[in-house]
Amino acid sequence: MLTRKEDIYLREKLGRKPNLLEIDMIDAEWSEHCSYKSSRKYVKLLPSSGKRVIVGPGYDAGVLDLGNDDVLTVHIESHNHPSAVEPYGGAATGVGGVIRDIISMGTRPIALLNALRFSSLNGANKTSKAKWLFKNVVKGIADYGNCIGIPTVGGDIEFDDSFKDYCLVDVAAIGLGKKDKLIANHANDGDLIVLAGNPTGKDGIRGASFASKLLDEEDRSAVQIPDPFLEKLIIEATIEAAKNNCINAIKDLGGGGLSCCLSELSHLVNRGFEIELSSVHTKVAGLSPNEIMISESQERMVYIINKQKLSTFDKIFNKYGITYSIIGKVHGQDNLNILFHGKAIANISCNLMVNAPLCNRKSKKPEYLKKIKKKIVLDKIRDYNIILLDMLSNPNIGNKNWVYQQYDHEVGLRTVIKPGANASVIKINDNKFVSIKLDGNSKHCYLDPYHGTLGCLSEACRNVICTGAEPIGIIDHLQFGSPENPQIYWTFKESIEAIIDFCNFMKIPVVGGKVSFYNETMNSPIKPSPIIGTIGLIEDRWHITTNVPNVGDTLFILGQTNEELGGSEYFDSHLHSKYGNVPMVDLETDRRNNLAVLHLIQNGLVDCAHDCSKGGIGTALAELAISGKLGITVDLKKVPNNCSRYDYLLFSETHSRFIIGTRQPDKVNKILSSRNCIFSEIGKVDRTKILNLCYSGKEIINLPYDDLNLGYNTMNHIMNGT
Amino acid sequence: MKVGIVVFPGSNCDRDVYHVLNDVLGLGAQYVWHTEKAINDFDALILPGGFSYGDRLRAGVIAAQSPIVEAIKKKADEGLPILGICNGFQILVEAGLLPGALMRNDKLQFSCKWLKIEVLNVNTPFTNLLRLNDEISIPIAHGEGRYVIGDDKLHHLYENNQIVFKYKDQNPNGSTEMIAAICNEEGNVMGLMPHPERATETILSPTHAKSNAGLIFLSLKNFLSNYIKN
Repeated sequence: MLTRKEDIYLREKLGRKPNLLEIDMIDAEWSEHCSYKSSRKYVKLLPSSGKRVIVGPGYDAGVLDLGNDDVLTVHIESHNHPSAVEPYGGAATGVGGVIRDIISMGTRPIALLNALRFSSLNGANKTSKAKWLFKNVVKGIADYGNCIGIPTVGGDIEFDDSFKDYCLVDVAAIGLGKKDKLIANHANDGDLIVLAGNPTGKDGIRGASFASKLLDEEDRSAVQIPDPFLEKLIIEATIEAAKNNCINAIKDLGGGGLSCCLSELSHLVNRGFEIELSSVHTKVAGLSPNEIMISESQERMVYIINKQKLSTFDKIFNKYGITYSIIGKVHGQDNLNILFHGKAIANISCNLMVNAPLCNRKSKKPEYLKKIKKKIVLDKIRDYNIILLDMLSNPNIGNKNWVYQQYDHEVGLRTVIKPGANASVIKINDNKFVSIKLDGNSKHCYLDPYHGTLGCLSEACRNVICTGAEPIGIIDHLQFGSPENPQIYWTFKESIEAIIDFCNFMKIPVVGGKVSFYNETMNSPIKPSPIIGTIGLIEDRWHITTNVPNVGDTLFILGQTNEELGGSEYFDSHLHSKYGNVPMVDLETDRRNNLAVLHLIQNGLVDCAHDCSKGGIGTALAELAISGKLGITVDLKKVPNNCSRYDYLLFSETHSRFIIGTRQPDKVNKILSSRNCIFSEIGKVDRTKILNLCYSGKEIINLPYDDLNLGYNTMNHIMNGT
Repeated sequence: MKVGIVVFPGSNCDRDVYHVLNDVLGLGAQYVWHTEKAINDFDALILPGGFSYGDRLRAGVIAAQSPIVEAIKKKADEGLPILGICNGFQILVEAGLLPGALMRNDKLQFSCKWLKIEVLNVNTPFTNLLRLNDEISIPIAHGEGRYVIGDDKLHHLYENNQIVFKYKDQNPNGSTEMIAAICNEEGNVMGLMPHPERATETILSPTHAKSNAGLIFLSLKNFLSNYIKN
């Protein structure tokens, strides 16, 4: 619904009273979801240029130059409201939407990732809503991605009770193409406007508006229906049409349906359109023009084609059995002229449509932040083994194979490092690889949205560096509750400032992003949940590094461990307390350690590398032992730290830390010293299949591989009910 | 030597098989779109994996009705080597070129992972370079891969040596007798659920170790070069 202010603004600009269709069109385009009216002012400040950036953040995908004519397209979107209501269809159509943004650039989608958030699985039983949402979201993503033959190569999953009765479903996609084959959207007078794909129906009516308010009712009619088979045909037909130079401009239909697609496309090519709505192929007869304009039926694309190319276009789309209709033509400048059976029914400037009046939101530091304890008193720990096994069995930390095995993560023959490790590595060609990781931490961001977000950035980059890649681009998806609440809006501003500061300092451009507000149910708003994706480039196949250690490796830790357990998994699961000492990122240290590890890897000195953040050193070392099915012996006293207790040392989530294994400890020692890194040699990898952590002789942890592995695989048991 | 890769709407491993045959193993391969009638030029045919027709109704059942399958049946009768991988296997079964049926996995979940299979028959165009009981490290990726067959027909499969590969150590989908691949009585038509095309490049294997799965295609190459020579 338009606000009073917006209504007045609209009348003033139009110079007349808008009719009902025009109001529907404007309502969709001026929804928060499409217009970014609460965030645009700040999103514009994100550093988005760089030597590899060909296209920065915008309507569709960002484009990065990988050299030798190869370009990578990348995009991220969420489908939170629909997934919370209808998890299977909501998640599946989320995948479909982001894929169409990739093909809109003329590139072939080569990989999918997702970041998912659910309420905790603790005590989850058969009827638990969190489990139902989790199971069906995963199945929705799997069924869609598997069918279209695009591998889902990784992601990030977090469980937290602030997502009660709700979920976040973020999907990112990357595409690969050639620089000179990118579709440079343009249009000339007389070009045809073609709508292809799914017939338009009554599904997903007002979806964009649905997503732009609190989730207070289960409006299933606002959720769309997925058809991955048709999407697969559209991918192939679009790529074939692009190859035959049939397409002048292209845009997918997402939130706001035809209405938003046409206004944004018209704005993109800087031309006016004349559209005859009765030409649109529909699922049922008798759809009103309003329904046709704002329906969000899935798997639809709009193409602008030169008349001369129609026969080639027709041949290709017939080959794949895709229905299309010519719904209008390019005509004049900046005007959407909508006809129905020859009669003009709407006439609006697209410039007016795509430039919603921006909102000035109030911002205020949240009250809850003032009440957070900085110091707490904990009981003494008797058995650290039990604590570590508990940590490993926490679904936020443990093995997520239950999820990844449901995704075809290998189709396409590109997946070099498979999901579940540090970051996923995708082959571009024999000597060029892309590494990508999504990370988020709503517990940290809740307690400190600025440092929490910096931490997400730091962690995502670190994960990519662990695989041997240099970060070349960032994508972000900022998810919050209602921006009308000043205390929530404050957290959004803190979060975006962190991204600006980090990217400016590291000189990594933001190449795509989204903002999603109104993520709240009647219970409560979600915790601030920015998701950060880092894209890295590996230019030599020998630099690809895994987190699998080998017998005889000497283990090093880089970075100091501070007593930073605010929002940590350890405090969250053992204390349920809100404690404020969130890990702070020192940008200088972060960069120094990143560059040092990259240097070691590029000089062939690293056998395995692992990020050390969520769950701390304790779980990182356990993960190394599990991935190698080997034993690890470490003296914790050697770890540079200022922790007052063993459990803090084991589970603090301080950033900028790496654990690396090497066969050449002397060289590593020398290089790290010369780079002024804080580091130390902490232990060895052996054949024992036992994780043995002591503190200068005193045994703290002693666990065999089988116990570690059993704990680590707890999610399988929860989800399979075994 | 020319291998045809039969592409149906919704096939999605066609490009992978094409890449492996042409760029990795050096068998000349070409795509054959499902409406094409001329398949006479080919020395062998491969039906790749994917989701032909979106797996609607049942995996492979719609593709099995397409006209090209009639032509493929004729070629099968003439002895042309025909390999169905994953969805291709499902299509061959639905078309009646191979016995039994492929049903939903016992856990009712899609499963994508690496495992081991073992060789039971080395007298096919696809296994002649392998040795009996060889172990192959290879990935699966399917939701409908549970091979089922009645007891009497199973007996027949054993008698005719039609079980080509079995899963080893674990049954990933509840298949009868851990069956991963079978061939027809003559041995020229084979269907297998795992994906050999995903295991021919060492960089793609989880341990980066060499897998002998490529020998499935190289056996075909070997078979065809002998056959063409003679």
